[in-house]
Amino acid sequence: MLTYVLRTLFRMAITLFLIVTLVFFATRLSGNPVDFVLGEGITKEDRALLIAYYGLESSIGTQYWRYLSSVFSGEFGLSFLERRPVSEIVLERAWPSVKLLLCAVCFTLIVSIPLGILAAIYRTSIIGSVVMVIAFLGYAVPSFIIGILLVLIFAYTLNWLPVIGDGTALHFIMPTLAISGMLVAAITRFTRNAMLDVLSQDYMRTARAKGLPEWIVILKHGLRNAAITLLSVVGLQIASLAAAGSVVVESIFAWPGIGDLLVRSAILRDYPVLQFGVLSVAVAVIVINAVVDIAYAFADPRIRLAKG
Amino acid sequence: MTDTTHNLSSPRNTGTRTFRLPIWSDANWVVRIALLIGLILIVTALAAPWVAPFDPNAQSLISRLRPPIGFERYKDGFYFGTDELGRDIFSRCIYGLRLTFALALAGAVIGLLIGGTLGLMAGIIGGVFEEIVMGLVDAQIAIPFTLIALLILAVMGSSLDVMILVLGVYGWEQYTRIVRGEVKKLIQMPFVEAARAAGATPLRIAVRHILPNVVSPIVVQFTLNFSNIVILESTLSFLGLGVQPPTATLGSMVGIGRDYLPTAPWIVLAPAMVILLLTFAVQILGDWLRDKADVRLRSR
Repeated sequence: MLTYVLRTLFRMAITLFLIVTLVFFATRLSGNPVDFVLGEGITKEDRALLIAYYGLESSIGTQYWRYLSSVFSGEFGLSFLERRPVSEIVLERAWPSVKLLLCAVCFTLIVSIPLGILAAIYRTSIIGSVVMVIAFLGYAVPSFIIGILLVLIFAYTLNWLPVIGDGTALHFIMPTLAISGMLVAAITRFTRNAMLDVLSQDYMRTARAKGLPEWIVILKHGLRNAAITLLSVVGLQIASLAAAGSVVVESIFAWPGIGDLLVRSAILRDYPVLQFGVLSVAVAVIVINAVVDIAYAFADPRIRLAKG
Repeated sequence: MTDTTHNLSSPRNTGTRTFRLPIWSDANWVVRIALLIGLILIVTALAAPWVAPFDPNAQSLISRLRPPIGFERYKDGFYFGTDELGRDIFSRCIYGLRLTFALALAGAVIGLLIGGTLGLMAGIIGGVFEEIVMGLVDAQIAIPFTLIALLILAVMGSSLDVMILVLGVYGWEQYTRIVRGEVKKLIQMPFVEAARAAGATPLRIAVRHILPNVVSPIVVQFTLNFSNIVILESTLSFLGLGVQPPTATLGSMVGIGRDYLPTAPWIVLAPAMVILLLTFAVQILGDWLRDKADVRLRSR
């Protein structure tokens, strides 16, 4: 068990190191970032000053080393555009993103787990087919199209919901739906498959044979056993799908979150912000994955009790 | 739909199974519709210069924001209406589809080549090389690709070449994982052993004996990956990070048109519907191929 945890942590560390390296070299590939951002209208002295400030005159190896050490000491630099520490800028954006993602994840679980169970139980009837068709097609709809269609219907045609910002509870409805689309499709499929595995087990027949009501059989004996598989898949999928979805959805709804910030800094080439934003989202996803992995190990006796 | 669950222990004899591309008569009506739609889209994209009634970038400021056929103020010949610069949306959709197709195809093929080769090499060479490759695969799976795409596009600028690069990198890890897994299994097979005993070089074993046997999972993965690439391309173009105006891709048409959503929703609806048709058709075909090839890929 301990080895398992250590191995997971070790893998996590390697992935983190890779992403830090990738981010560094990606942003240095294109030459001198200062010229890119400031362009014309800057005096020679100012330019030299900036280059010295960002340490761009030294060799790429030295820069890389300095970058690594600054990352470890929590120094991430200043935004090119706002001249504020990037950690401050990104942190301001974190809470709105987290709020939105929590909404989306809750919504997804509330919708897709019952749907998946239904699809598994009624797999031969029309209910199962309909659910699976929806889940299947939902996976092929880009979240920006869901977002745009929602805006068109509920904001511009019916005038029910506000489009921009995160001011009230009403503001959460459309972004939540847009992010959840793909998640619901994915998790419904997984729930169905996990339940199908469980439904044909002998202990389900035993539970029915001893006269338990059907819903107890399904929920207590079925879902609880399917939950272990589900937990691992859901954890891994949700983190990365949600990160991808929130980038585009936040930018549609001008949501003051990290996704919107990332897109904006990518378009404006504010590299320090982009670097730190990508790093923090990647770190969040990787840490969540590791936590899910370890939680899975604790939940699954086969791993928990295994030697080594 | 078959009850494919993640039953990894299911016996299957990969070595002797030959992959036959399924044909029209194997398909049910949903798949046939998907095939038809796919075919129509491909032909339209290929024949864009002949099918499109107008130049996709020709502006006409006096006929701006005209609605599609059947609405008041419809302008004759502009079936899907016109956009904010008076360009014909129907023609732009066709050219956008063509570009989206081309980009996605290039991206998908590059991804297949990179990922497939790495998987093949990892499986055959093994050792430290395999460890490194699989470590990279794990890392890639852990990092949402959208982040990487944003980084690359921000740093290298938005152009066709960069877009193809981004789309080409996408999905490589899936091929690597699948191909390596298959190779690991195949390499234990008697016929590979026999080839090795007969003195075949590792390269020959890879190309002549192993490659033909991993074609079927690769074809399936390619189809599934293709629809994800279309989604990725449209999403990036939608965000304004893809191919730059005035060149149209379906995603950028939606992205630019969204400013006119309250007054001229058709600018957005037409390309959005084409994207949906494309991804639905490809997704259905991919799923069908997977069932046919009976490959238990992990559905993502």
